[in-house]
Amino acid sequence: MHHTLEVSNLKFSYPDGHAALHGVTLSIAPGEKVALVGPNGAGKSTLFLHFNGILMGEGEVRVCGLPIQKETLGKVRASVGLVFQHPDDQLFSPTVLEDVAFGPLHMGLPETEVRQRVEKALAAVDMSDYLNRISHHLSVGEKKRIAIATVLSMNPEILVLDEPTAGLDPRARRGLINLLKTLPQTIFASTHDLRFVRDLFPRTVIMDQGLIVADGATDKILNDVALLEAHGLEKP
Amino acid sequence: MIHIHLADQYKSGSSLIHGLDPRIKIIGTILFIVAATVLPFGAWLPYALLWLGSLAVALLSRLGWSYALKRSFVALPFALAAITLPFTIVGQPIAQIGSLTISAEGSVRFLSILIKSWVSVQIAMMLPATTRFADLLWAMRELRIPKPLVGIVSFMYRYLFVFADEALRLLRARAARSATIDNKGGGSLWWRGKIAGGMVGNLTLRAFERSERIYDAMISRGFQDEIKILAPPRLTNHDLIILFVWIIYLASVLLIRFI
Repeated sequence: MHHTLEVSNLKFSYPDGHAALHGVTLSIAPGEKVALVGPNGAGKSTLFLHFNGILMGEGEVRVCGLPIQKETLGKVRASVGLVFQHPDDQLFSPTVLEDVAFGPLHMGLPETEVRQRVEKALAAVDMSDYLNRISHHLSVGEKKRIAIATVLSMNPEILVLDEPTAGLDPRARRGLINLLKTLPQTIFASTHDLRFVRDLFPRTVIMDQGLIVADGATDKILNDVALLEAHGLEKP
Repeated sequence: MIHIHLADQYKSGSSLIHGLDPRIKIIGTILFIVAATVLPFGAWLPYALLWLGSLAVALLSRLGWSYALKRSFVALPFALAAITLPFTIVGQPIAQIGSLTISAEGSVRFLSILIKSWVSVQIAMMLPATTRFADLLWAMRELRIPKPLVGIVSFMYRYLFVFADEALRLLRARAARSATIDNKGGGSLWWRGKIAGGMVGNLTLRAFERSERIYDAMISRGFQDEIKILAPPRLTNHDLIILFVWIIYLASVLLIRFI
């Protein structure tokens, strides 16, 4: 099994005619941790929705070697854990237990294994005591952690995170960064937080207006002030 | 961030009532209400027995005998729908107010409806107070209440708070920009109506967009067309015995009236 994400010449327009992706080509190797940065409206979230087959554009997207088609969707969704930006969208069940169990249950796993996975996923994000809590009563930082647990319970090989540090206070943000450091999965995360990029991701991709405009080592990209400014970013 | 905490009725505890299986509690509550409903008008002794039953439940739940009593007054305005009965039912006149005659039969009916709805609400209050909402949801599913209905209730419970928070933020943003100088603020009624209408539209759009994102989050975790949940715990003998005792009690109350 190769845990890769491969995108070649991906184009996508929304039904209202707004073109969001203009031919994106990208390849992420197993175990890599890659940051995706760029201004709002660059197409980052649109690209992410392709990794789970929620959107299907022109061009090719391969996940772990599998092309995304109707027949492979189940497998693709099990291998890519997509964490949405707003935890209130990700956590839709009444309790934490039911939310973390949702993925494995819908993969058709037997009950005992579902329960084991829930425990393991919550332990991985350090939230084991929250099993029976009600999502609404959690803080944003806690919700973000549980949101990550809801996909960890599916044992994904790749984690795709949409703005994981958005809306977190410094302590919760630090906690989340430390958590992400411990996760062995391939990680592809979009963010506006360039200090977070510097801390965690050896490789950075810049997207602007539906195109990839830079892709390389984080040190190099974050020191290229002209490049950063041209795409509405600031050197950290 | 400031949240709206819509009254979550659940009061945690470790009483006999809290520990009962939620399916048993739902069935018990429905049976009680059915019993109260089928009792004829003017069956004062059975009414009193029903009230004692609801009192016993409140005591056993350790929420205190007055817990449900205090909260049951919310039902009174609904019972007022029957206020016309003393005047419209023809029978033995007992008082005269202007041209209106109060009949004994009508008064009995009115009082009966008042008492029946009041004891029913008292027992119904105990259900959410002693059962976590999430447990009520799976119990409803287990009791074969249609899945779409349970799904709607489940999402409503989860997102009502989120929706209320959004409304609160909108209201606050409006308040922050509603300045008055020399009492000349506020605008015309028409203008204010337009603003309020716009806010409602805005909220609806946000809710619609959120529902799409939630659906995306569901399918990306493998949702196809039916929500699956973890298997509920088995009913214990203890639960069944308590349901049995409850049925005997309700049957006795009915028998006292009908024999």
